[in-house]
Amino acid sequence: MNASPYEIVVGLEVHVQLKTRSKLFCRCSTQFGAPPNTQTCPVCIGMPGALPVMNQEAIRLAIKTALALNCEIPAFTKWDRKNYYYPDLPKGYQISQYDLPLSQHGFLEIQDPKGRFPARRVRIIRAHLEEDAGKSMHDEAAGQADSRIDLNRAGTPLLEIVSHPDLRSPLEAKAYLTELKLLLGYLQVSDCNMQEGSLRVDANINLHLATPDGPVATPIVEVKNMNSFRAVERALAYEAPRQYQVWLETGQRLGDVPKQTRGWDDQAQLTRAQRHKEESSDYRYFPDPDLVPVRITAQQVDALRRELGELPAQLRQRLEATYGLDPYDSDVLVNQGRELVDYFIAVADASGDGKRASNWVQQEVLRYLNEQSATIDRYPVGPAALAELLAAVAQGLVDTSRGREVLQYMVERGVGAAAAMQHLGIQAVDSSELVRLCQELLAANPRIVADVRSGKQQAIGALVGQARKRSPNANPAEIKRICLELILGTE
Amino acid sequence: MSSLTDQTASELLERMRSGDVSAEQIAAACLDRIARHDPAVGAFLRVGGDEALAAAADVDRRRRGGQAVGLLGGLPVAVKDLICVRGQVTTCGSRMLANFVPPYDATVVERLRAADGVLLGKTNLDEFGMGGSTENSAFHPTRNPWDLERIPGGSSGGAAACVAARMAPLSLGTDTGGSIRQPSALCGVVGLKPTYGRVSRFGLVAFASSLDQIGPLARTAEDAALLLEAIAGHDPRDSTSAPAPVPPYSQTVRQPLSGLRLGRVREHYGEGLDEQLAAATEQALDVYRSLGAQIRDVSLPHSRYAIATYYIIAPCEASSNLARYDGAHYGHRTDERQMRADLRQEQRRLEAAGDTAGVDQLDTPLVRLYRQSRAEGFGAEVKRRIMLGTYALSAGYYDAYYLKALKTRRLIRGDYDQAFAEVDLIVGPCTPTAAFPLGAKLNDPLAMYLGDLYTVGTNLAGLAGISIPCGATREGWPIGLHLQAPAFEEDRLLRAAYMFQQVTAWHQRRPDLP
Ligand SMILES: [Zn+2]
Repeated sequence: MNASPYEIVVGLEVHVQLKTRSKLFCRCSTQFGAPPNTQTCPVCIGMPGALPVMNQEAIRLAIKTALALNCEIPAFTKWDRKNYYYPDLPKGYQISQYDLPLSQHGFLEIQDPKGRFPARRVRIIRAHLEEDAGKSMHDEAAGQADSRIDLNRAGTPLLEIVSHPDLRSPLEAKAYLTELKLLLGYLQVSDCNMQEGSLRVDANINLHLATPDGPVATPIVEVKNMNSFRAVERALAYEAPRQYQVWLETGQRLGDVPKQTRGWDDQAQLTRAQRHKEESSDYRYFPDPDLVPVRITAQQVDALRRELGELPAQLRQRLEATYGLDPYDSDVLVNQGRELVDYFIAVADASGDGKRASNWVQQEVLRYLNEQSATIDRYPVGPAALAELLAAVAQGLVDTSRGREVLQYMVERGVGAAAAMQHLGIQAVDSSELVRLCQELLAANPRIVADVRSGKQQAIGALVGQARKRSPNANPAEIKRICLELILGTE
Repeated sequence: MSSLTDQTASELLERMRSGDVSAEQIAAACLDRIARHDPAVGAFLRVGGDEALAAAADVDRRRRGGQAVGLLGGLPVAVKDLICVRGQVTTCGSRMLANFVPPYDATVVERLRAADGVLLGKTNLDEFGMGGSTENSAFHPTRNPWDLERIPGGSSGGAAACVAARMAPLSLGTDTGGSIRQPSALCGVVGLKPTYGRVSRFGLVAFASSLDQIGPLARTAEDAALLLEAIAGHDPRDSTSAPAPVPPYSQTVRQPLSGLRLGRVREHYGEGLDEQLAAATEQALDVYRSLGAQIRDVSLPHSRYAIATYYIIAPCEASSNLARYDGAHYGHRTDERQMRADLRQEQRRLEAAGDTAGVDQLDTPLVRLYRQSRAEGFGAEVKRRIMLGTYALSAGYYDAYYLKALKTRRLIRGDYDQAFAEVDLIVGPCTPTAAFPLGAKLNDPLAMYLGDLYTVGTNLAGLAGISIPCGATREGWPIGLHLQAPAFEEDRLLRAAYMFQQVTAWHQRRPDLP
């Protein structure tokens, strides 16, 4: 299937800011966008003598996320210091978790309804909590001495989710991120806004090659500075052939050279080696003596598990099983978020036709929302009203294209289906009237009748068009059925 | 006036209650004595004269108006300069923090204020609490009031010296490996290191977070009980502070303990212990026997590893705690203009010599800023410990040093648990020798470290310990008796110390200051 001379191997490290009101170890606000250094206190700026106190809400959100990622939650976890010097790190160390993380050994399943990659269970090595650093605003142009630091972000809770290198293409990497973001959205634990930095991705990538001497792995490269999922996809798509070229030129294998860090340049669409002189590679981790270890009981875990609600994967299955949707449709709906799915379910339940509800929600409702850049809570037609319209369509009171006009009217005027249909002069056409109409049309179109008799049934289409000119409310399928019956007789 | 400064805190409190003397008069007497004698002793780094008088006058006003007055009722308290006081320079004895003004009060300072303690000033210390002689202060050494050519001990040397010299009836010190008890012994005062978690560390500039505790220094057990009661208790801002209730130490301290079982540690009578101190300790045991106590021999078999364990764990934590003093965030910053000029010159020199590898390895300006600021801002002992700790935590050494030290620490704690199954308190010498001359051990850090021999175990095990005056050498230098108690048994320590002071007069001796 793959003509490529190498296999791409990718693992992702995702940092997610958790949506707590206050920071991980102090009571400062985590609100994004405040003027620099206004959301700080002695604790989060590392003032001599200040001490951290753990935020229970961050633990709660982290465990919820870990459970949704199918992770184990050990009964005992602790805080460690990761020591390094950097201007955005006021204490000279980051409080993180080293050898006893809050959660481990989970997985996230990804699949592609378009079948571009096989369904995959991406294993999660660990998900642990740590505090965010501040933000350096280097102003290289203004001269060497002019760097500014904003410590508003310092101390914000981050969940670092580390995957195994189970991803095999840039597309899979993007799918993993999309699914992860969706999951976090369903859990309401993070805003996942890459522009605001509430979700950050680093990728580890190398190649596996089959050589005459057996399989070979190339050195792992860590890619940073990717500001969107698209950028991740592109950076990896750039990085794989680059690494292959390096392999051809140098023959370097995994272990021959130290791990390299490269930054993605979105403008130039390429990765560049990063100079890392200021960061130590030996973080001298040790348990933070200012904090006590955290014990997590089975009861706490169970209570949080009950709070999870239905997650995307389960929801897709339910939509397929209960409403007869195919994987593609369930995927489209679920990926829009829980609120839209709830809307769909209400329409499907009220109209009794999941497939039709799915088509209308995807084609009509989503089109409107996209055009308006709105979310479902702003859609003017409630699920009951849409279900009423779909029922009319199902009963043949109105055909699909007339139905769209009705919905358009409902959206614009904010009226129900019945009122809209009435206003548009739509009413059920009496079936004897319809038979009479068809008889007239057949009499006026002998050529078409002959064509149909000779087996070209599609010739009926022209009659349908003529019928609707004379009677706009006539149901096309019904016209087709009556005409065929009149020509061919009932068998 | 000298009679006022000669009196204990408890006596002064009684006199203030009876209206016989005012807080302002007491503060003035202390300030007067500081003005007269501190130029020679050097116990204080800064004295808050006007503020102290104003705070004392405020207490007097409220007392006269019949309003409630806090536990300390206007008594002056000196505070070690490792503890943050809002709006006042807090140097930690370091050039690094010569200009550091905390925008907040440490929890103990809040509690002192709430109890109507009058902050007298900030006392001298070994830089960041690292040292046993107060010679490692970046500003000036403190001298022992008993002999100005001798050290007062450390790191709370200023805290002990100011009490011994009658400049303050009460003072707060900090103890990481003996830093309250050792100077208390060498200066002939009472110094108590509370159980880890008994007193909040919030606002105490960290040296070794898992070992540091703030505690009281005073001339009597009663006074120490009073100050401990004022500062102890749970603090939600310190995760390691214990939620256990605080007994009313100042009320229970006078109750004698009956059937007291004291453990005499066999390992404490090995080599290194001065025979005069050994004799004084034995005599102190006799005093306790005469009070009805039983003395039993107990063993702390792993105590011989205590110094080694301590000098791994404390530097490891310190290396991380002191990382924030990098010239970019906190602390002294090197002359940046000069630094950049030097850096450019170095680069030109290397380029001229065609040394491309050298150019490549040259510090970035940021790294040079860190290195140079830290090189200038820290003293030798602090640098020594940062290097020790950084080394011990490094990849490849962690297991052999830090992890092993943690295991030994557990064994040491286990020894204490076993000993306390048989005895109520452990008793022994506080220091191996009495006060030594200034400079005697300055170039022999190992000898200096051995001064903590008997005290570090208490910190490693997280227990409580107290030093009380129990004798004097032939030259007249004070000797301290060290009592250790199980966790949260400060009450027992204080009562045992009170019993001893009821039948001895060592704590009443006073140094002759010129
Ligand atoms: Zn804060």
